[in-house]
Amino acid sequence: MSALDLTPAPPERGRLYWLLADCGNIVRRGLTHYQRQPVNIAWQLGFPILSVLLYGYVFGSAMTVPGGGDYKDFLMPGMFVMTMAFGFINTATVVVHDSTKGVIDRFRSMPMSSSAVVAGRGVTDLVVACAELAIMMLTALAMGWRPDGGWGFLAAFGLLLWLRFALIWIGVWLGLLVPNPEAAGGLFAVAFPLTMISSIFVAPQLMPDWLGWVAAWNPISSTAAAARELFGTPVGGGDSWVEQHALLMAGVWPVVLTAIFLPLAVRRFQRLSR
Amino acid sequence: MSDGHAVRAEGLEKRYGDKRALDGFDLAVREGTVHGLLGPNGAGKTTAVRILSTLIRLDGGRAEVAGLDVARQAREVRARIGLTGQYAAVDEVLTGRQNLEMFGRLFHLGGRRARARAVELLEQFDLTDAADRGVGKYSGGMRRRLDLAASMILAPSVLFLDEPTTGLDPRSRGEVWDSVRSLVASGTTVLLTTQYLEEADKLASRITVIDRGRAIADDTPDGLKNLVGGDRIEVVVAERSEIGRVVKTVARVCEGEPETDEGTLRVHAPVTDRVSALTEVARTLQDEGVRVEDIGLRRPSLDDVFLRLTGHRTDRTDRTDRADRADAAEKDAVAA
Repeated sequence: MSALDLTPAPPERGRLYWLLADCGNIVRRGLTHYQRQPVNIAWQLGFPILSVLLYGYVFGSAMTVPGGGDYKDFLMPGMFVMTMAFGFINTATVVVHDSTKGVIDRFRSMPMSSSAVVAGRGVTDLVVACAELAIMMLTALAMGWRPDGGWGFLAAFGLLLWLRFALIWIGVWLGLLVPNPEAAGGLFAVAFPLTMISSIFVAPQLMPDWLGWVAAWNPISSTAAAARELFGTPVGGGDSWVEQHALLMAGVWPVVLTAIFLPLAVRRFQRLSR
Repeated sequence: MSDGHAVRAEGLEKRYGDKRALDGFDLAVREGTVHGLLGPNGAGKTTAVRILSTLIRLDGGRAEVAGLDVARQAREVRARIGLTGQYAAVDEVLTGRQNLEMFGRLFHLGGRRARARAVELLEQFDLTDAADRGVGKYSGGMRRRLDLAASMILAPSVLFLDEPTTGLDPRSRGEVWDSVRSLVASGTTVLLTTQYLEEADKLASRITVIDRGRAIADDTPDGLKNLVGGDRIEVVVAERSEIGRVVKTVARVCEGEPETDEGTLRVHAPVTDRVSALTEVARTLQDEGVRVEDIGLRRPSLDDVFLRLTGHRTDRTDRTDRADRADAAEKDAVAA
């Protein structure tokens, strides 16, 4: 028998206190993963960094930016967006692991806040996203990318995180939807074309009409265009309504995505009790 | 309604579409005992455990755990139970110690007590040497023990073990059994689900047999075995044509009606006077010159219990797997 007093701290401190405390512990767990396996962050950034090298140096000379400007300067904000966009695969992978291995069931059988399980995941992913953006930006700076500093820079950073926030809910929802971790790996095949048909690599106006229209309305295009504008790097033009209102739409799109996928994710989580 | 019972369920119902996973399931587990819940895949064992551990809602009936209603007092129930499901539900990236400290903090012990409790549990479950290794490098048995340790953080009064040894090698299984025995010695009530009568027999003082969502028997292990006629003598012949002669010999020596399994060339019958019956059958068959592949005594299996209780066999087909387990159980008994 234990020599310790094993009475849990009283629940009287209130729901919000325990939500935050439990959330903090889940975040600590998520970050400890990176501490124990730092190479994971390299894997996650491998593709965007490789893309920077491939597109920046291999295809770079053949690429043009409508309205002029250096392609590499155009490309970098796109790569930041891609890093954020692929993040949902990461979220989904962790969630599917936890749900198929019974870890989520263990959490649910404990007297802890069940919202903290999902909230903690989200906060962890945002912290990791900050680290990823920092690494990507340092890489870009080393390659000669020169953004405007100041508030514009911070606003662009914020919009990138805002997009990542919205994608957390798609990741949680998919993580609870797919049957096993192997299936989560397949999400990459879906995510890749979705990021290609956008303004990340090529300005939509250079694409065939209909494809350009789809690319311009891709939510991540708005974040990319807004970030370019705020960084003071070439934007790539475009005269459709959505391209003219990139800053607005970079704020609105994540709200729309969250409004759709947060309830779906919550419902999926509640369905675990059925 | 608890009156000395750690778990009580009355008329539990759970439907998934048209399928009735639980169909009026009753259960009463006395405090401080190990209670086995025995049944084949799909019988409703896991559904029952998931309802009792507040993971899923019940559709009908009522259940109390540690004197608390699982539907209305879920959060209070959670502070008094431990759950070990079919997977080792621990974080594979973290170390054993980090796992226990994390779960301890999530059980609201606070950092200092969570760390101290982790040290105690690592010691208790013989994981101190592996404490600071990543769980990904643990063996199956070590993972299971860590899983059990995580379930025991608050020293809960009721522990649910859902097929705790499925997929483990014989040695790991023995380790898990030892851990369960020591938990019960310290006063924990255990509800153990299993597909294996041997396992229930080794650990449980009472067994409920579940089939198609209903409890079809509730008895001591000996009571159940007597129900299916206790030990059986089993002869495996070399040639199908010999089956008739073997049946005749077995019928003469044993009091029960022999049963035959043409597919596997087996003849078996219940015996009470085990050793003399075995000797007699072996000698007679030798005298008659019958070619025998194997002859021996075997304990009643879940299949036998089922056949007797329900008139139908379990749908499981992994006979060899079960034979391995029985084998392992024997070895374990010898070792102990």
